[in-house]
Amino acid sequence: MTTRLKEVDAVMVGMGWTGSILARELTKAGLTVIGLERGEDLSPRENFALPAVRDELRYTYRLELIQDPALETVTFRHRPSESALPMRRFGSFLPGNSVGGAANHWGGQHWRYLPSDHATRSHIAERYGASAIPDDMTIQDWAMSYDELEPYYDKFDKLCGVSGKAGNLRGQKIEGGNIFEGARNDDYPTPPLIMTESGLMFAKVAKEFGYHPFPQPASNASRPYTNSEGLTLGGCQYCGFCERNGCEANAKAGPQVCVLPLLRAEPKFTLRDRAWVSRLSYDKAAKKVTGVLFTDTRTGEEYEQPAGLVVLSAYVFGNISLLLNSGIGEPYDPVTSKGVVGKNYCYQLSRLGVTLFFEDKFFNPFMGSPGTQMVMDDFNGDNFDHRGLGFLGGCKIQLGHADGRPISYRPVPPGTPRWGAAWKKATAKWYQHAARITLSGSNYANRYNYIDLDPTYKDQLGRPLLRMTYNFVENDYKVGDYCMRIALDIARAMQPTMIGPPGLRRGDYDTVPYQSTHNTGGTIMGHDPKTSVVNRYLQSWDADNLFIMGASTFPQQSAYNPTGPVGALAYWSAEAIVTKYLKNPGPLVHA
Amino acid sequence: MTEKSKPDDRNPIARRNFLLGAGTAVATAVNPGVAAQAQQPAAVPAAGSEPAAYLTLTETEVAFFTAAADTMIPADELTPSGSDCGIVTFVDRQLASAWGGGAKMYRNGPFRKAKPEYGYQLPLTPRQFFAAGVVATNAWTRKVYGKDFDRLAAGEREDALKALEQGKAALEDFDGKAFFEALLQLTMEGFFADPIYGGNRNKASWRMVGFPGLPAVYSKLIEEYRNKRYAAEPQSIADFS
Repeated sequence: MTTRLKEVDAVMVGMGWTGSILARELTKAGLTVIGLERGEDLSPRENFALPAVRDELRYTYRLELIQDPALETVTFRHRPSESALPMRRFGSFLPGNSVGGAANHWGGQHWRYLPSDHATRSHIAERYGASAIPDDMTIQDWAMSYDELEPYYDKFDKLCGVSGKAGNLRGQKIEGGNIFEGARNDDYPTPPLIMTESGLMFAKVAKEFGYHPFPQPASNASRPYTNSEGLTLGGCQYCGFCERNGCEANAKAGPQVCVLPLLRAEPKFTLRDRAWVSRLSYDKAAKKVTGVLFTDTRTGEEYEQPAGLVVLSAYVFGNISLLLNSGIGEPYDPVTSKGVVGKNYCYQLSRLGVTLFFEDKFFNPFMGSPGTQMVMDDFNGDNFDHRGLGFLGGCKIQLGHADGRPISYRPVPPGTPRWGAAWKKATAKWYQHAARITLSGSNYANRYNYIDLDPTYKDQLGRPLLRMTYNFVENDYKVGDYCMRIALDIARAMQPTMIGPPGLRRGDYDTVPYQSTHNTGGTIMGHDPKTSVVNRYLQSWDADNLFIMGASTFPQQSAYNPTGPVGALAYWSAEAIVTKYLKNPGPLVHA
Repeated sequence: MTEKSKPDDRNPIARRNFLLGAGTAVATAVNPGVAAQAQQPAAVPAAGSEPAAYLTLTETEVAFFTAAADTMIPADELTPSGSDCGIVTFVDRQLASAWGGGAKMYRNGPFRKAKPEYGYQLPLTPRQFFAAGVVATNAWTRKVYGKDFDRLAAGEREDALKALEQGKAALEDFDGKAFFEALLQLTMEGFFADPIYGGNRNKASWRMVGFPGLPAVYSKLIEEYRNKRYAAEPQSIADFS
């Protein structure tokens, strides 16, 4: 029997970054809000405390903060002709689980997407002609420009206390910052983190090539910072345990530090953890959702939560799954190219890099954070001329030490065995003396990469799992090869004692080794309901009181980590709800 | 190292000694290299001893994992052997843990053999997988060498592991390469994880590479130690608990 609860003004499905930001903005506007989160609530003071938080086995390998695939996972196949099998363990990507979402375990690399990323298709068509875009590359423009989103990027920066150095302040280019970034109205809230020796070495040589290295912008505050909500973040301790772990210093931005303390004290807000939303109640004729159904995992009881507004603020897969399992929107079909839900699923080109060995350098690889790297964007996006190259997109190229945790970080020269006496000697010898240039590349949408419902496998609520049909395509390999040549030139010019083999991308996508939790698309934004799921305010075309947050709205993936625009879009959408929708409920954009 | 703690042909009762908690406590002290490194403050505890009993491993499995750990991580001037670093204890506790029992794994069928890029696709929990792997590997070494894996001479053990690693060992109804990869991973986890899990005894691996462990609070040190080796007596979670 389903118990019907008292109606609220708005329900958040998922209490990570976007659910927390929306809950905060909507309660400020006077709405009553309930936040439903499948995972458990956490207390940073209790759960992210020294010494237990410095446990590589527990967090990096036993995946303490990661979603439990036994409850829900996705199935996978490389191409539509294959039958899919479930990802029985998460490997390639690691969705979060619990209040705070993936921000509990992210690394904090915090970007704004390039102005050209916001207009991917029209920018390329204008510069190279529409014919430069292959037929099966289904890239689209974002539904708002960089300049339109800039104030919201700024707002999110100031929620997070992002560390970094501006490279384009109101149009003025600043040396030492990222000169390719879109114009910012304000500098970063906190200065760059203290740079590692390896980062400085990379920057010196990159500059000699005429490139423009800059410190990685990071949601690891470089010093204590009082954020836009009046909450205080601590300064980064450079512990080397950042990603996959919680932060005991409260220096890594996340909802638990930056928003939730206020929401917990807010009378208009109710947080309900261990509440697993199974589907949305949808009135197709009225084009409205009426609430959500959820199961309390402590009691097994099912509840209906009626709500005036529903915000999908789960991870990419949760958002897509709830649309498909609730019959909202037309599922995408790669054969006919019709439908939109599940379309343009994209990922990230990673595992590209090269390891350098310097006999006479000491890197102390255990000291650092994801922000203690130097990055160059000279070959990112469309920051370089693609004429004659035969591919579109690019990579950020970077070097620094972030996480010398010894189960995972054990660089050895090429040809070293993986165990035994010789392996031990090499491991002992080189742990202090290696550095790796890494590349992260864009991943442009392809007609045959998409998400739908699996015909065979179910989750623990009995719903079909999502089925991911995905592979890298020729464009991706070419991006990787080209940018790796640039990286290798820099690597050689750094004059290492030895240089490892370049890690290139070849063959089918491998779901096993970790690559990145930068899954995007499936509920993409756009100007036309025939080619997008949400409009420019992230409002569903199929239900005007349904708003969908997060990277599932990205039409394709840039070379950057997605959290910056995820937060900016949450603020952008929240403002549209408060200033436009609440005054005049209905579609904010007329198709 | 006391002879009885080492299983080999000359000492057929060695296996039992593990169950009896044969002492290996002095192993580090008699290893000159480690002894030199161990000239540290008194805070360094003596290497722990084998547990009185295992949580889940059988006698045969203890012998197998001991031989595997000692082949992958042989004793030398850098560290004591893998088993003397507690790796068998680590393996036992891990396989008895929620992880060993299949936590955080989707285990619904149907099951199908698949390309490696699809990841692990068996119904077996890690505990069951390792149990099956030990049985299959011992059956294979008996066929090829006439003995269980742990009874092989050191050079033969290396050859056997290499054959598994390269996918050249034809295990019956079991993927030898997948087993090797899982075994290597678990062994390395035992060697390098925080000592609270029973391996990395006396922080031997952290001393070997120069990883300081905890508290890992470097905001006042990172600049000062740029391009200078930062060396500190490693500390584990237990040292702060």
